[in-house]
Order: sequence, then structure tokens, then C-alpha cells
Amino acid sequence: MKTYYNPDDLAKFGDISEFQEPLAKKFFSYYGDVFAEGALSQREKSLIALAVAHAIQCPYCIDAYTTDSLEKGSNEEQMMEAVHVAAAIRGGASLVHAVQMMNKANEISM
Amino acid sequence: MERRGSEFADTTAQLRVLNNHRDRITALPKFASKLKESGLWPLRPTSIDILQMNVGYMCNQTCKHCHVDAGPDRTEIMTRETMNQCLDVIRGGGISTVDLTGGAPEMNPDFRWFVEQASPHVDRIIVRCNLTIINANPKYNDLPQFFARHKINVVSSLPYYNKRNTDRQRGDGVFDSSIKALLALNEVGYGKEGSGLELDLVYNPVGAFLPAPQKSLEADYKRELKRLFNVEFNSLFTITNMPIARYLEYLIASGNYEAYMEKLVNSYNPAAAAAVMCRNTLSVGWDGVLYDCDFNQMLELEVGGAAPSHIRDFDRAALTERAIIVNQHCYGCTAGAGSSCGGEVA
Repeated sequence: MKTYYNPDDLAKFGDISEFQEPLAKKFFSYYGDVFAEGALSQREKSLIALAVAHAIQCPYCIDAYTTDSLEKGSNEEQMMEAVHVAAAIRGGASLVHAVQMMNKANEISM
Repeated sequence: MERRGSEFADTTAQLRVLNNHRDRITALPKFASKLKESGLWPLRPTSIDILQMNVGYMCNQTCKHCHVDAGPDRTEIMTRETMNQCLDVIRGGGISTVDLTGGAPEMNPDFRWFVEQASPHVDRIIVRCNLTIINANPKYNDLPQFFARHKINVVSSLPYYNKRNTDRQRGDGVFDSSIKALLALNEVGYGKEGSGLELDLVYNPVGAFLPAPQKSLEADYKRELKRLFNVEFNSLFTITNMPIARYLEYLIASGNYEAYMEKLVNSYNPAAAAAVMCRNTLSVGWDGVLYDCDFNQMLELEVGGAAPSHIRDFDRAALTERAIIVNQHCYGCTAGAGSSCGGEVA
């Protein structure tokens, strides 16, 4: 079945350099540095990436960082908690706008 | 696998899959060609320091990933005669470590006799203990004391620090029984600083992915096992699952085979290849036949060239000069930080 997302395309991510090499090189170099061990561990960074992947709903990133989280030693419970963090922030971001709704409603109501 | 009528009970079927399964896999480079690129072909031993003896395929567990296809129904077992042939080699000198594996090595009726005979002649005896054997039968309950008496280095699989992941791979109840056994080992001093009794754990992935970095995962294990169960241990070894036997069956049945092999090949590390365990280890099968490693043993790939093929004919010079037999499964030992019975190698 033809879809917009093809799982095999994930492995071709590097091919973006074919159309614009200098920017791709800078991006991938930066990307590698971001995920290196630093003040945060690689395992922690992978869990953050997994949560963000769900927030932005990127199927490539979900596949990649599910595998990566397991390969960094995380377990399913920790991974699901990371996704709940993304869900809480997304849900909270919607709900906090309710204050604006309340403000407006109060403004125009008797 | 034979009892279930699996096609992979025939080791040639496993090798056929590893080499010719689908067009995509055939296109993957041969492991030998990778070694050539790394200047390591033919792969030769650096020494023969470790004698790894598989004393029998019988086991009280039936783990889903087992490369030995071990279980309670396996009858292959090393005899005292073959053990004596191994002892002749050990007494001849040059072997620093005897590494006893299985199956559950403790189920061999001559296990304790062999340990008593071998221990005065080597620096270290490793027993690959599955932990649950200690609780499996009253006759095994004193294994911690026996191990301690002979200063055995106990190396035990615990694929994760929780019940869910451990039992999924090793069977229902294995995690709880393993914790009970670890506490019994701690009780006699294993894993305690200054005791001289070394207890190491082995992590291997519960699925079709590569292991986590050894050092960071060891810290997680130490923190969680201490916090949750008051269990202590010395080191964690992370091991990559080899695409053979039951794990190969799992990879194919779950549709993960191609992606896993590609991942192993793409993660090839020349530094890990230079440090693979077959370069300083000789594997002895239950019947005395010699192999380059326990994985080759399970694929029935005997040592090659002019090297003797049985422990009774042990010839250090000929074995040190042999070319190690490699095949596509060897990518499992050279991916990333590498993998050996002692964990990462690079």
C-alpha cells in the first residue's frame, strides 16, 4: 500500500545531502554532537528524543528512538513515562489556553 | 528444536539462511571480506589462555534465545573420561582460565569432581551459572558454599533488572528465583567488596536490538538491584545475541531477521574484530571435539586446518597457528563495542 511515510526512507535520511551538501553536513555533525554523552547521559537524551518524537508525531523518529532507547538500556515502563510527559505537556498546552478562553468569555459576558 | 521439528535443528539449515536467505542478505558483505579489509584475514589466535568447556546441554531452563538450544530434554553430557583429557591439557600448563558452560554445567554429575581436580592448576575457574539451578533441587542448594570454597568466578545471566523482561526471555518465575539465588550468593560473600569472590552478571537484549553501553547499564543494574532487592554484584557484561539457533528462529518468525543482520553488519567495528574472544579461547564440546568458540560449536564448525579436532590430541603449537573458522554469525561479536563471554571488547 502506498503511503506518505515509507519505513525504508528512514535509512535514506543521509541522502538529503544530495540536494544540499554543506547544510546537511552541518546538520548531521550538530546532530551527532547533540546526542553524545554530556551533562545528560545518552540514555536520558534518547528518552527526551522519544518524547519529542511523540509530541511532533514523527513516525521515523518514533521507530528510531524506540530502538535507540532500548539500545541505551531503558525499559518499556520508562519509555511509556517519557511519552506521558510529552502527552502531559501537549495536553497542558491546550488546557492552559482555556485561561484565554475564560478571559474572553468574562470580557464579553455580563 | 529437534523435538519441535524445527528446520534449524539441522545446523546446515542455519548456515544456509545466514548466507543465502534472501537477495537482500546475500548482498551483505561476507564476514571474511570485512576481516580482509581490516587486515585480520585469516584470523589467527594470539594465544590459548582460556579453555571453555561445554560440559553438557542439559538445563533446567529453556530460554527463548538460547544459542545452545539447551533444556531438560537434552542428553548430551561430558563424561569423566573427556574431563580427564581436559585435565591433562590443564596440567600441561599455559591455561590460565577454565570456563565451564552448558546447559547448566552443575547438572553434569562430575561437575564438582572436575572443579576440585582443576582448581589447583589454574588461576581462575568461571562457572556460567543460570542462578535458578541453585533453587531447582535440594542437592544444588549448597552450590554457593561450594563455589566459595573453590573461589569460583560466578557469571550469571540476568537480562534485565526487572521481572517483566527477564521472565519474557528466560521463563516464568526465573527472575524471582534468580534474585533468591543472588541473595544466597551474597550471603556467602559473593559480590561483596574485599571478599575475593567475584559475581558478574550478563545482560543480553530481550529482542532484536543491540546491547546498551556496558558501563552505563552496569550503573543502572547496581543502583536498581541494590535499591529493590539489596543484591550486590561486581561487573556487568553486555552481550550481543548471536543470530543462531533459537534466536535465529525468533528473528525470522518475528520478521526482524533482515534488519538485525543489516544492523550487525553496519555496526562492524575493526577494533572489536581484533579483540574477539576466539583469539585466546579454545572451546571444547561435550564429546571432546574442539571449536573456535561456543557458537561455532553449536553450528558444528570444528577447528580447521591441520589443528587437532579432539581434546585428547591437544597440540598447542598447531592450534595456535590455526586459522579461525568464521561465518556470517561472527558479525554478532564485532558489532559496536563488540561482544564476548566477558562482555564488550572494544
